[in-house]
Amino acid sequence: MSKAPKSSGGVNRRQFLADTAKAACGVGAVGLGISLYADDAKALPATALRPPGAGPESHFLSACVRCGLCVRDCPYDTLRLAKLGERVTVGTPYFVAREVPCEMCDDIPCVPACPTGALDHALTDINKARMGLAVLIDHETCLNFLGLRCDVCYRVCPVIDKAITLEQHANLRTGKHAMFIPVVHSEHCTGCGKCERSCVLEEAAIKVLPHRLAKGALGAHYRLGWEEKAKAGHELVPGIIDLPDRMPEVVR
Amino acid sequence: MKLTRRDFIKTNAAVAAATAAGVTLPGINKAEAAADGIRWDKGVCRYCGTGCGVLVGTRDGKVVASQGDPDAPVNKGLNCIKGYFLPKIMYGEDRLTKPLLRMKNGKFDKNGEFAPVSWDQAFDIMAEKFKAAINPEDPQATRVGMFGSGQWTIWEGYAAAKFFKAGLRSNNIDPNARHCMASAVGAFMRGFGIDEPMGCYDDLEHADVFVLWGANMAEMHPILWSRLTNTRLTKPGCEVHVLSTFEHRSFELADNGMIFTPQSDLAILNYIANYIIQNKAYNQDFIDKHVNFNATTTDIGYGLRDEHPLQKAAKNPNKGKFNKISFEEYAKAVSEYTLEKAVELSGVPAEQLERLAKAYADPKKKVSSYWTMGFNQHTRGVWVNGLLYNVHLLMGKISEPGNSPFSLTGQPSACGTAREVGTFAHRLPADLVVMNEKHRAFAAKTWKIPVEVIPPKPGFHAVLQHRMLKDGKLNAYWVQCTNNMQAAPNMNEEGYPGYRNEANFIVVSDPYPTVTATSADLILPTAMWMEKEGAYGNAERRTQFWRQQVDAPGEAKSDIWQVVEFSKRFQLKDVWSKDMIAKSGYSADKSLYEVLFANGQVNKFGLDQLQKGHNNSESKDFGFYLQKGIFEEYRMFNSAEGIPKKGHEMAEFEVYHNARGLRWPVIDGKETLWRFREGYDPHVKAGEGVKFYGKPDGKAAIIFAPYEPPAESPDKEYDLWLSTGRVLEHWHSGSMTRRVPELHRAYPSAQVYMHPDDAEARGLKRGDAIKISTRRGEVLTRVETRGRNKPPVGLVFMPWFDESQLTNKLTLDATDPLSKETDFKKCACKVVKA
Repeated sequence: MSKAPKSSGGVNRRQFLADTAKAACGVGAVGLGISLYADDAKALPATALRPPGAGPESHFLSACVRCGLCVRDCPYDTLRLAKLGERVTVGTPYFVAREVPCEMCDDIPCVPACPTGALDHALTDINKARMGLAVLIDHETCLNFLGLRCDVCYRVCPVIDKAITLEQHANLRTGKHAMFIPVVHSEHCTGCGKCERSCVLEEAAIKVLPHRLAKGALGAHYRLGWEEKAKAGHELVPGIIDLPDRMPEVVR
Repeated sequence: MKLTRRDFIKTNAAVAAATAAGVTLPGINKAEAAADGIRWDKGVCRYCGTGCGVLVGTRDGKVVASQGDPDAPVNKGLNCIKGYFLPKIMYGEDRLTKPLLRMKNGKFDKNGEFAPVSWDQAFDIMAEKFKAAINPEDPQATRVGMFGSGQWTIWEGYAAAKFFKAGLRSNNIDPNARHCMASAVGAFMRGFGIDEPMGCYDDLEHADVFVLWGANMAEMHPILWSRLTNTRLTKPGCEVHVLSTFEHRSFELADNGMIFTPQSDLAILNYIANYIIQNKAYNQDFIDKHVNFNATTTDIGYGLRDEHPLQKAAKNPNKGKFNKISFEEYAKAVSEYTLEKAVELSGVPAEQLERLAKAYADPKKKVSSYWTMGFNQHTRGVWVNGLLYNVHLLMGKISEPGNSPFSLTGQPSACGTAREVGTFAHRLPADLVVMNEKHRAFAAKTWKIPVEVIPPKPGFHAVLQHRMLKDGKLNAYWVQCTNNMQAAPNMNEEGYPGYRNEANFIVVSDPYPTVTATSADLILPTAMWMEKEGAYGNAERRTQFWRQQVDAPGEAKSDIWQVVEFSKRFQLKDVWSKDMIAKSGYSADKSLYEVLFANGQVNKFGLDQLQKGHNNSESKDFGFYLQKGIFEEYRMFNSAEGIPKKGHEMAEFEVYHNARGLRWPVIDGKETLWRFREGYDPHVKAGEGVKFYGKPDGKAAIIFAPYEPPAESPDKEYDLWLSTGRVLEHWHSGSMTRRVPELHRAYPSAQVYMHPDDAEARGLKRGDAIKISTRRGEVLTRVETRGRNKPPVGLVFMPWFDESQLTNKLTLDATDPLSKETDFKKCACKVVKA
């Protein structure tokens, strides 16, 4: 059953955890080298995603004791511990969406397993997890942007119709088909990575990125007029009048 | 083996490339060899009934590229995600390249292991077993049978049907379209006297209102859905109504999405008819001129075995007779179906049902209705198809642009092959039937055989074939181009036992070792798609041809080659009675090959007519242009002078190779877009306006049918409805799409979609391993409470594409007693944590 795939690599899980522990013990021995490496790893690679409930990278790194318990409790072998030589801080948990995405377990077993709060125990609803943000990066190769009916990323989304919706546009080239453009909504996207994993292209057109890379920011001064009006339930400036337009009788 | 094969392919490719480069070909057949060495030619998508045009790119004897045909009217260069991966379906690592026979100690043994054999050995044992099941002097049907396919090319279906009906004297041939389209066919024949939709895909641009009845077009007909969506987006006032027993992707576009209790579609449709009559919205002029009213026999059972309690309880099991009634009697019959009653039975809120009824009843709105398996896989499938026609006919909203009740098909040639060339157990080519003496006589004359050869009774239909195999009454059985062990209902009780019955010999032709193939005794490696010259007929009556682009791997041979070659193994004295042989004037040792294929008609066209630059493996083997010969003989049924049933006229063979498909009837060099309407359909004379010429009186039949309950409903023990179906990423049993790694990754395993409340009530978390079971079997799978399908409380949905989770161990073999099509959408199941 592929929902619980076995580790496909040559190293089995127990072996892997043991290796990582050994690496952690070796920290004292090669202190200087490791600390240089740790500095480098602060720039977490964009494809490395932290488990649900992980806070900002600097906070997470200071709280994570590299114990591997979250990895042990992940039922889908999604999480792994970074090894020496990887660009992720050694011993810390992460996952790569294109390889094994997060399956968004209802009970989020990785979070309570964390002994330090590096994974926030207040996270009990997996919908509130924010591991990253899916971004449809390449509009040139995304099949739906070309008018084809792929939309695999949309249909695999566990938060379908909220985190990803399909925006319909007329396909002006054919004149009779619609295009279904996948749109990600950061308000709902958990960054589980199912979309990136399932993208049928040889290189995924949709990728889950850390929020700091994925998200733009509106100027703090600006409000969306239509949303503000909807929120208020009325015009923000009451009492503005509009005079009738003079029209010829026939039109009226 | 591998090396020689590669060399062989390479040599062939070199020859092909050289020929292509040296010869200038006219028109569309001009195979363009581009700078990258890829030769492009036109083809048709391999999967569903939409019939998207594709261009196929070959190089070095391999299909290496594809594109949607930008000029194909259906899809204009687009594909769905399955179509995007078309070239990969032929190159799965486990392609079969040699016949495989179950053997022990070098001999056939039903309980042996599969071992490679030569084609000669394969046909030897096959002929022995088939001959043993035929008694030439027994006037009753022979104990041989075949299960075919709506994925057969047109000539493959024709050749197989002819081989069985005109050669082996058996009507025990049926296509997998029985699981798919039979109910639609039944309703076409009852209502209009002629099969297939009156409209075409152009309706998708003309309609103001779309109604989906048991069709998830968003996933199952992705390209047609994008056309429907475009109309919804761009046409002011356009609205979409979607009805289903669970919420699926098509609800995304729905202006009026309705979840109804399974089986209550019967009541909803009668309510709409009642609404139209109560509000006097019906088109009086149309009714007076073009319609008559009828009521069908009721309490007809559930197409189960005769000894099943439900069959015994039925007053009129399997009866399809309908009798004329007056308009007033019809009005009275539907008057029982008030809004209140429809709401009560369906669970759909009144205002939503009323909104739907108003859309149909509004004379200013053009309405197109679409349906697939929700209607057809239904124990009252013929009825429910008919009830929808009733609504369209009451309003006269039919046979004109935008007003179109339209039966969508799920296979690429369910129409073109399964239905049109007569591969059903009761049919002959071009809508003729074996029960009709005149039709048999015409077929026999055309085929140059004595009429006595064609049995006058319908043979075993799909579900009956499995029952007869199990009972040992069907002993030599050949399955081509379909994965019926996985697809047919009630696998544990009615499917597998018959295949493994010691009395039977089962042959399966397939490109891959499917569940069906590996359940058989002999597996024949089969050429697929672009490895043969082919023709498909899509849902809008469009017939599309393609040429052989590459050679099949190893010793794989096409279905038609297998049938025609196998026919050489029979002499008339093996299969026909002495009387038949005497009447035929043929000598008793003449082979069926000579009688059926080298008969002066089918072998009329020489190899010189083959397209230069393209191989045609079968024709080269037999020494004549086989596909053309078959098609032209088929045209003697649908296009010649004096045929028994007009309306299916087709153009000459070559025309199709030069066109992007043509919608029949093709008459005077023109296609027909809307049938039965003057100006569009050449069979309707000036001044007639509308004529349903399939019926002797030229009138369509409105046939009243009531609500009757389903065969099995949830109870205390089996407390959930189970509906089965498909997903966009995989096609049918997944034998092709599951061999495309990207599609496999996109949807690796089947799962059970369940309402979160139902999951919670059973202590299940999303992703938990579960056991789903019915009275017939159980399957281990996982539960999904999120995602694309949102079933209501009390119903679960499970797709059947995954051969590691055989969904049809669960389903019930209850069929529509009229169409014999299984209801795969309704049975009772329970779900527990595994």
